[in-house]
Amino acid sequence: MIVRIMGEGQVRLDDSALERLQPLDDALEAAIESGDDERFRAALVELLGAVRAEGSPLAGDELLPSDLVLPDADAHVDDVRALLGDEGLIPDPS
Amino acid sequence: MGLAKRISLLFKTKANAALDKREDPRQTLDYSYTKQLELLQQVRRGVADVATSRKRLEVQMGQLQTSADKLDGQARAALQAGREDLAREALTRKSGLQGQLQELKAQHTQLDAEEAKLTQAAQRLQAKVESFRTRKETIKATYSAAEAQTRINEAFSGISEEMGDVGLAMQRAEDKTAAMQARAGALDELLASGALDDPTRPRDDIQAQLDAIGADSQVELELAKLKGELPAGQGGAGDAQRQIEGTGEQAK
Repeated sequence: MIVRIMGEGQVRLDDSALERLQPLDDALEAAIESGDDERFRAALVELLGAVRAEGSPLAGDELLPSDLVLPDADAHVDDVRALLGDEGLIPDPS
Repeated sequence: MGLAKRISLLFKTKANAALDKREDPRQTLDYSYTKQLELLQQVRRGVADVATSRKRLEVQMGQLQTSADKLDGQARAALQAGREDLAREALTRKSGLQGQLQELKAQHTQLDAEEAKLTQAAQRLQAKVESFRTRKETIKATYSAAEAQTRINEAFSGISEEMGDVGLAMQRAEDKTAAMQARAGALDELLASGALDDPTRPRDDIQAQLDAIGADSQVELELAKLKGELPAGQGGAGDAQRQIEGTGEQAK
C-alpha cells in the first residue's frame, strides 16, 4: 500500500499497519465533518505521525500512484473541505 | 481510510481525464513530459521567489535592529545628560520597533520553512521526472497497445499525482509570499515616511536635542579654556571690545 503525505512524499505501508491506523482515520473524518480546525489538526497530526512511524519512504525514482493521499500537517480544515468539494484544488496535470 | 482514499481518487480522476483526451497514449507521454519540465521550471522559480522575499525580510530586520540599537544608545546618552524625558521617548520608540521586529521574525521563520519545503519538493519532482523520462522511452520502444496501456497509466498517474501535489505546495508558498511582500512594502513605506525611525536619515529630533546638549557643554568647555589662556588682568570686557573695534577699523 502506497501512501502520500502531501508536501512530503510517499511511503510504503503494510496492510497490517493500515488496520492499526483505521481508528485514527475515523477520528480525522469525524473532525472534518465537524469543521473544527483544532480538532481536525490534532487528529491529522496524530495520523501523520503514525503513518511516518509505520511507513518506509519510497525511493526518489520510484514512480507509483498512491492508494491513499493525506493532507499535509499545515492544511486548514477549510482547505481539505475545498479539496473534497466539487471543483477540487488539485491542478490539472496535463 | 476514507478521507485519504477520497483524495487519492481525486488525483486519479484528474489523471484519467487527461489520459482520455488523447487517442495515442504515446502522445500523452511526450506531452506530459513537456508539462513536467515546465512545472519543474516553475517550482525552481518559486524557490527563488521565496528566497528573495526572505532576503528582503532580513534586510528590513537589520534596519529595524540598527534603529533599535541607536535608540538604545540615545536613551543612555540622554540619561547621562540628565534628560529622563528624552530617554523615555527613545525607549518608547524602541519598544515600538521591537514589536515590529518580533512580527518580522515570526514571518521569517514561516518563510524559511516554506523555502525548505519547496526546495525538497523540487528535488522530489526532479527525481520523478527523470524516472518518467526513462520509463517513457522504454514504453515507446516496446510499444504494443495492449501491453503498454497499463504501464502508461501507472507512470502517468504517478507523475500527475506528484505534479498535483507540487502544484498545491507552490500555490500555498505563493500565497504566503504575496502576503509577506504586501507587508514588506507597507513597512518600506513607513520607513520612507520616517514614521519608524530610519537610521539612514542623518538626524532625528532626539539626536538633535542630544546634540544641542552636547554642543552647549562643548561651548562652555571652550569658553573656560579661552578664559584660562588670557593673560592675568587683561580679561576685562573693555579690552576685548577695543580689540574687536580695532579689527573692524582695519577692515575698512
